Amino acid sequence: MSLSAQADMSEFRLSMLINDKRYRSYTFQFLALMVLICLMAFLGWNLMQNLAAAGLNISYSFLGEPAGYDINQRLIEYNSQSTHWRASVVGVLNTLLVAVLGCLMATLFGVIAGVLRLSNNWIVAKIMAVYVEIFRNIPVLIWILIINALFLAALPQPRAFRGDNPEATMLFDAFAFTGRGIYMPKPVMYEGGWIVVAAFILSLIAIFVYRRYARKTLFDHGVVLPVLWPSLAILFVPTLAMFFLLGSPIGLEYPALKGFNFKGGIWARGSLLSLWFALSIYTGAFIAENVRAGIQAVSKGQSEAAASLGLRPGRIMNLVILPQALRVIIPPLISNYLNLTKNSSLAIAVGYMDITGTLGGITLNQTGRAIETILLLMAFYLTISLGISAIMNVYNNSIKLKGR
Amino acid sequence: MTEQVTAFVRHTPLPPSPPPASQTGMVKWLRENLFSSVFNAILTVLALYFIYKILAGFIPWMMNGVWNTSSIAECYAVLNGKRGGCFSVLTERWHQLIFGFKYPSDQYWRPSLSFILLLISVAPVLFSKLPRKMLLITAIYPFLAYWLIWGGTVIVPLIGLLGFVGGFKVFQAMAQQKFAVGFFAATFAALLIWYLGSYLSAPLSNFIALEAVPSRDMGGFMLNIILGTVCVSLSVPLGILLALGRQSDLPVIRVICVVFIEFIRGVPLITLLFVANVVLAYFLPPGTNFDLILRVIIMITLFSAAYIAEVIRGGLAALPTGQYEAAGSLGLDYAQSMRLIILPQALKISIPGIVNVAVGLFKDTTLVSIISMFDLVGMIRGPILASTEWNGIYWELLGFAAVLFFIVCYGISQYSQWLERQLATDHR
Repeated sequence: MSLSAQADMSEFRLSMLINDKRYRSYTFQFLALMVLICLMAFLGWNLMQNLAAAGLNISYSFLGEPAGYDINQRLIEYNSQSTHWRASVVGVLNTLLVAVLGCLMATLFGVIAGVLRLSNNWIVAKIMAVYVEIFRNIPVLIWILIINALFLAALPQPRAFRGDNPEATMLFDAFAFTGRGIYMPKPVMYEGGWIVVAAFILSLIAIFVYRRYARKTLFDHGVVLPVLWPSLAILFVPTLAMFFLLGSPIGLEYPALKGFNFKGGIWARGSLLSLWFALSIYTGAFIAENVRAGIQAVSKGQSEAAASLGLRPGRIMNLVILPQALRVIIPPLISNYLNLTKNSSLAIAVGYMDITGTLGGITLNQTGRAIETILLLMAFYLTISLGISAIMNVYNNSIKLKGR
Repeated sequence: MTEQVTAFVRHTPLPPSPPPASQTGMVKWLRENLFSSVFNAILTVLALYFIYKILAGFIPWMMNGVWNTSSIAECYAVLNGKRGGCFSVLTERWHQLIFGFKYPSDQYWRPSLSFILLLISVAPVLFSKLPRKMLLITAIYPFLAYWLIWGGTVIVPLIGLLGFVGGFKVFQAMAQQKFAVGFFAATFAALLIWYLGSYLSAPLSNFIALEAVPSRDMGGFMLNIILGTVCVSLSVPLGILLALGRQSDLPVIRVICVVFIEFIRGVPLITLLFVANVVLAYFLPPGTNFDLILRVIIMITLFSAAYIAEVIRGGLAALPTGQYEAAGSLGLDYAQSMRLIILPQALKISIPGIVNVAVGLFKDTTLVSIISMFDLVGMIRGPILASTEWNGIYWELLGFAAVLFFIVCYGISQYSQWLERQLATDHR
């Protein structure tokens, strides 16, 4: 073996780079690398030439300069004197806000529609099929525009709430649905309010621990512990006890009509609402299909087998069907979440200031720093996408069928 | 004591009695499908109420619709307080919605003709039962459509076509010995023809020429269709190459493909369109001036190629390893085994996925309105809603756009399901 290998080495000819399988792959890779480097060099050279001709340079110093524009929907303090960097952060938070809210609501829509599409009620199943087809086959941009127009047309303006005999009234005197957005009560923390919040978070953790414990007891000893009532008790009793013991440390600030507009409370802008609703109902149609496919992927024999073991319908769903269906549902569900996040960049169409609207929109136009802003924009979306795919891969590995 | 008992024997069978009323016909169907339980009955009533509300709002709006006025004020005057749609915006601005507002109006027959030809030339690709000779039309179509829509002399697309034909002939002659030799020789031949042809097209710029229309004058639904068809047909070959590269044994090529695909899939299309709009010009040689539509086509093609590559990778991964080994054991080299054994099967599996990507891509062509190109949505948001005559007409216009897209996309997805049934060779 070694002899022949040495003989081959000694007989190396240049033509073997093409004809010999052992060397050919290196030739190809080298060529590919060369082509790539040449392409990069070509693009880089052009970039330098063009920048020099235009008297520009690549610099991120503009991020420290005052932005000079206003953003009405914001989660953190911001005014027109804040820097471009701050404006970008506001945009990032707005993107994340609409993405998280959208994912939650899209899941809700999708699960309901997916389950109802398999319903044995003919008319409901057909309505859900129509919903899925209509929303999947019309561009999301058109949906965003339609739903934005719908909100503006269907909801009353704040002035409709004025007067002794107003056309519109507030729901429970707390929520006002107007064409400019929804006004709702804002929680106000007094002294000790955080203790109540902490108690609430602790009880959530406690519920999680208790459910795991109940499941473990079921699998180890075959003893069924009650889950629903203890969970509800853990959820409400400690928090409410804290709340009243500390003397109601959390209050609500209600929105009230002052002049031509509402003051106080939380104002969710119409642009946020219409974008949120449009994205979630559009993505919900896709999720509905995933949910349906996931449920149908669990063969009927599984539920029949579980029933013949004497499990009750609720338990069949929880212990047999759902774990298997989720394995099919979750991966496309996550990629739908990613799509929703990427589609949220269409916020610019309704004037919601997400990262594409602030950094990729106004900042770009004001500073003219096209390359820098778009690189930052892409880096942001890439980080989110790759981060979520990494988490998804870990999850997929943890739930995949373990071959024995 | 025997008694003679006359046994009664019925000679004719009783006529079958009809099933109980609750077990047949309409009643049974209603009972099983709509009112099988209390919960279901409630759902049914709610659903019926929902449908009633929608129809009650929609039908008068459609029925009272006004189709022939020239502004919103006139339309409201005709409606006179009734609920109804001002569909006259569609009839009055029909040409703008379909062709954009700059395309010369006496030349509308050109895009219309190319659209009809598009249907004809796509047919043999979609339906394998049609005669294979029709594929010739498909091959000529891109050049013909280019000439029809953009105009100018017929020499330019003709030379383009000649380059491909020459390259193909050279490939046929040379590929007997080796795929790579044939491929490079064909590329060289095509480039040579195009280079020589470029000397010919300038002096003959009036030879059988149509009125030239610059790219920036394209608009309306026509622009959506152009972007959709061009980008899908360009991105399929690119996607195949990327998928093969990602499956390749050569680490350098694999890494390049993986980085490209993951990068493109990680960013929204709108950022790539921003790149096409403001950044791409910086990366081209100084002095070159690509028009926007071409830059947008490049970026959308790269975008959908990455998605198609992932679909085809799924198809490649679904083939049993035995197929690869069998191809190898027949002594086929990489190019031959891919061309003859692997790709035909893998592509067949991936067709539904590719069609899904194509539908998604077609829907995404509306995004060009955000970089201020006047496609269908751009026309609606821009010139039409901004005009004094039609300021305030949302529902009719957006509804029209929605209906157009729905027809095309639903049609394509129905075709894809039909094709899936046709291609199902496993007998289940």
